[in-house]
Amino acid sequence: MYRAILFAGLAAALAASAQAADQVKVGFMSTLSGPAAAIGIDIRDGFNLALKMSGGKLGGLPAEVIITDDQQNPETGRQIVDKYIKRDHVDFVTGIVFSNVLLAVAPVVFDNKTFLISANAGPSLLAGEKCSPWFFSVSWQNDGTPEAAGKYTADKGYKKIFLLAPNYPAGKDMVSGFKRYYKGVVADEAYPRLGQLDYSAELAQIRAAAPDAVFFFLPGGMGINFIKQFSASGLGKQVTLITTAFSADEDIIPAVGEPMLGIYNTGFWNHDLDNVDSRTFVAAFEKEYGRLPSAYAAQGYEAARAIDAAVREVKGKLDDSEALRKALHANTFKSVRGPFKINRNGFPIQNYYLRVVERDAKGRITNRTLSTVLKDHPDAYVDQCPLK
Amino acid sequence: MRNRMVIGTLVLLLAFPLAAKHWDQLFYVSFASRILIYAVAASSLNLILGYGGMVSFGHAAFLGIGAYTVAILMEQGVSSAWVSWPLAVGVSALFALAIGAISLRTRGVYFIMITLAFAQMVYYLLISLRAYGGEDGLNLAERSQVGFGLSLANDLTFYYVVLALGVACLYLLRRLLNARFGQVVQAIRDNETRMEAIGFPTYRYKLICFVLAGGVAGLAGALLANQSGFVSPNLLQWTQSGTLMVMVILGGVGYLYGGALGAALFLVLEEVLSAYTLHWQLGLGLVLLAIVLYAHRGVAGLFDGRAAARRGADG
Amino acid sequence: MAVLILEQTLNGLQFGLMLFLMAAGLTLVFGIMDLINLAHGSLYMIGAYLVAAVVQATGSFLLAVVAAMMGTAAIGVLLEVSVLRRLYTRDHLSQVLATFALLLICNEVVRLIFGSQPVMLGMPAALAGPVQLLPGFSYPAFRLAVIGVGLAVAALLYVLVGRTRVGMWVRAGASNREMAAAMGIDVKLLFTAVFAVGAALCALAGAMLGPILAVQVGMGESILILAFVVIVIGGIGSIRGALVGALLVGMVDTVGRAFVPMLLRSFVSPAVASGVGPALASIAIYVLMAAVLFWRPQGLFPARA
Repeated sequence: MYRAILFAGLAAALAASAQAADQVKVGFMSTLSGPAAAIGIDIRDGFNLALKMSGGKLGGLPAEVIITDDQQNPETGRQIVDKYIKRDHVDFVTGIVFSNVLLAVAPVVFDNKTFLISANAGPSLLAGEKCSPWFFSVSWQNDGTPEAAGKYTADKGYKKIFLLAPNYPAGKDMVSGFKRYYKGVVADEAYPRLGQLDYSAELAQIRAAAPDAVFFFLPGGMGINFIKQFSASGLGKQVTLITTAFSADEDIIPAVGEPMLGIYNTGFWNHDLDNVDSRTFVAAFEKEYGRLPSAYAAQGYEAARAIDAAVREVKGKLDDSEALRKALHANTFKSVRGPFKINRNGFPIQNYYLRVVERDAKGRITNRTLSTVLKDHPDAYVDQCPLK
Repeated sequence: MRNRMVIGTLVLLLAFPLAAKHWDQLFYVSFASRILIYAVAASSLNLILGYGGMVSFGHAAFLGIGAYTVAILMEQGVSSAWVSWPLAVGVSALFALAIGAISLRTRGVYFIMITLAFAQMVYYLLISLRAYGGEDGLNLAERSQVGFGLSLANDLTFYYVVLALGVACLYLLRRLLNARFGQVVQAIRDNETRMEAIGFPTYRYKLICFVLAGGVAGLAGALLANQSGFVSPNLLQWTQSGTLMVMVILGGVGYLYGGALGAALFLVLEEVLSAYTLHWQLGLGLVLLAIVLYAHRGVAGLFDGRAAARRGADG
Repeated sequence: MAVLILEQTLNGLQFGLMLFLMAAGLTLVFGIMDLINLAHGSLYMIGAYLVAAVVQATGSFLLAVVAAMMGTAAIGVLLEVSVLRRLYTRDHLSQVLATFALLLICNEVVRLIFGSQPVMLGMPAALAGPVQLLPGFSYPAFRLAVIGVGLAVAALLYVLVGRTRVGMWVRAGASNREMAAAMGIDVKLLFTAVFAVGAALCALAGAMLGPILAVQVGMGESILILAFVVIVIGGIGSIRGALVGALLVGMVDTVGRAFVPMLLRSFVSPAVASGVGPALASIAIYVLMAAVLFWRPQGLFPARA
């Protein structure tokens, strides 16, 4: 989707000179079509809500947000970001959902000295040796959420686990994060292709491996299909499902319905978190869009607020990259997730919570936060990062 | 008259990046490089499709093989263009030899299907190569090194290099088609049985033509890898082969500049239309349908009413 | 282990039979009208969307399937009469390009009407649970229904094409179009009828696969290519060939996805094994296709005289 708020980047590029920061330009590229469209749409809606709440301005300057759809394709993403950088001269690139798309576009953004604010993907590749001073995440590093799931699984005493994740960088991160805390027996592992929707082969594998539980990471439509097919296969009687928020949030629940009840999952935020900023956000989101926000929406919201805070901190001087970087690190806004610090590799230090899907007081099927599994948790790769 | 148009276009292409730089529109130089690269790729398909009468539905494979050769070499530390670009041409030509040798034994719709099958095979092969990114693709650390103090990272330098290579390829194509080889190939397209009866080794001519086209597509692929800085198996999908065919028919099957014209038209249309609407492919589909049904000589054919009558059977 | 093999065999059977539904229509159109139709996958997509829309409106899956089959057949007839009819006498390149254009147009029209996000299509409630086939082994009821539908269609087509007068006309047309016309068969009507039946079968496949996969723009493209592989292997114009080819491709795909990773697990890591298995299966399918095209281009069960 190509919706420019101002007409043709041509006119803008012609008019823009190097010095005057009379507006903030953000290139928002997300997955807005295909099975994972709901994720990108949530992030976009959260971002737009924050923008609306600050009067269409970021850091006091009028904001131009160019929204495009990467179609979950690293190649398309690369071409879009090329345009953002070379034609539109954006100040920030944000919104990317998938780790493989992020890894494909990151070099272009970094080489052109532009900031990449990740509102979702957090590949381990950018957390360690290859960490970049141009990268910031307002979401998480991929391993964090499954680490919490692994800890929960180990604490609960499950002995035999089946692991299921798509065969791409984030999938691998999820499994290694889980294994970092779960030290029990792994009955078997399966890595379907990213985008696969038919899990008959994997379900047969699960049945043959006879585990206590399955830990799976299947974002978007993949998760919807897996849970529905799992429920139809009758395996639910012998095998428990444990997952992350990426397969159990507000984008999945409406599509699956009752089979979701009772699934334990971990995440960095839930709409029932008890702090002022979160409650404000949830209320505003429900009022604007008529649905409960998922964690993805919160991420999009935070991305806008992070940019807003940083731009305000440098008083609109977007050319001063050093100052902007310091401002982003300081993250002078109150996050909806509560305690939130940025580590020196650009990734967050935050809590991870255990949630379960059940019916709330209004009868809606949704997540309820149960406990904090990991507190003030940095990512596992920061020690390898040479940045200060 | 046509020569004047060609020279005029050349002058425009030479002057364009300087004007773009003056108006701070360097993005369009990058875009123009992309058009030139696809012009070469589409022209190579035009050689076998328009002039050779071989409907290959797997041409994107050669583009992809050329691109991956450069990317894989760069991953292994070889970044000199003088090594990787000729190798890209060579590897693509080799694949074209293997694929062509088998495919050209078939005819008609079977040829279309078998070229598709081979392209799909290479596609899945590249997906399984997880060491080189698999389905997620591979980033190129930098653009190929050419030496002489030039850096291809500079978009203007890259544009002129691509322009030079593109002009060279089209010039070679023109020479080839006007020479005996080209005449024979066109005659085979028009009536293979007759040529066989006269005594020409038609299979050999077609195979050489196929290999040449594959090699040139490999060069286009090498340039494409440099231009995007990224390769992925998507380059070889059957829909990409379809897009190349669309470019050729848009421009004009069997016309010298048909491939180049079609590539330019297609990419410019895509760029302009996609800024206005998400549904630009609807427009493309309608235009394509109209061309196939009513103007199957493409845009170049619109300028060439007289010669069209002489040309006989269409592509 | 036996349960695993049984389950994977059922999976392969289910996938193969759905491919057969797609391939049956395609092979007849290709065999009788000599038309390469790249828009065949679009009919599958349109069928799935129609099912989703009618289910949302009425709540009845069965009604939706019937409505979708009739609707898609109607759209198919519309396409045939307006555009495809002009392509019968054209060369294959023109057919490829024109139907490719139709594919693009269909994708965008569907996107205009339904948006870029996938549309929800659930399994009918009655079939959403498991059925116990053996002690300790349950298989999803819906997939068993899919297998049932596939087998029923195969049987129906066998009777229709092999044992009725209309079927005889179809076989005559596939075998030798000019002769059939010379013998007095109304070729134009036959063409339209065959196309309509092919479109209806696509819609049925879309109804069966929609709940398992996802109803989204472009869903037809991957299955379209496989359908072409199937008809090439089976023999262009032959229903029997389409069935055998589809089951073959279905089995190879399942073996590749399920059993090859298991075998490779002893040599390489699970992640690599999981990636290589399906790729090998796909490569094997295309190698098979190329082999058939090279040595026996008319396919395993040639329809042409």
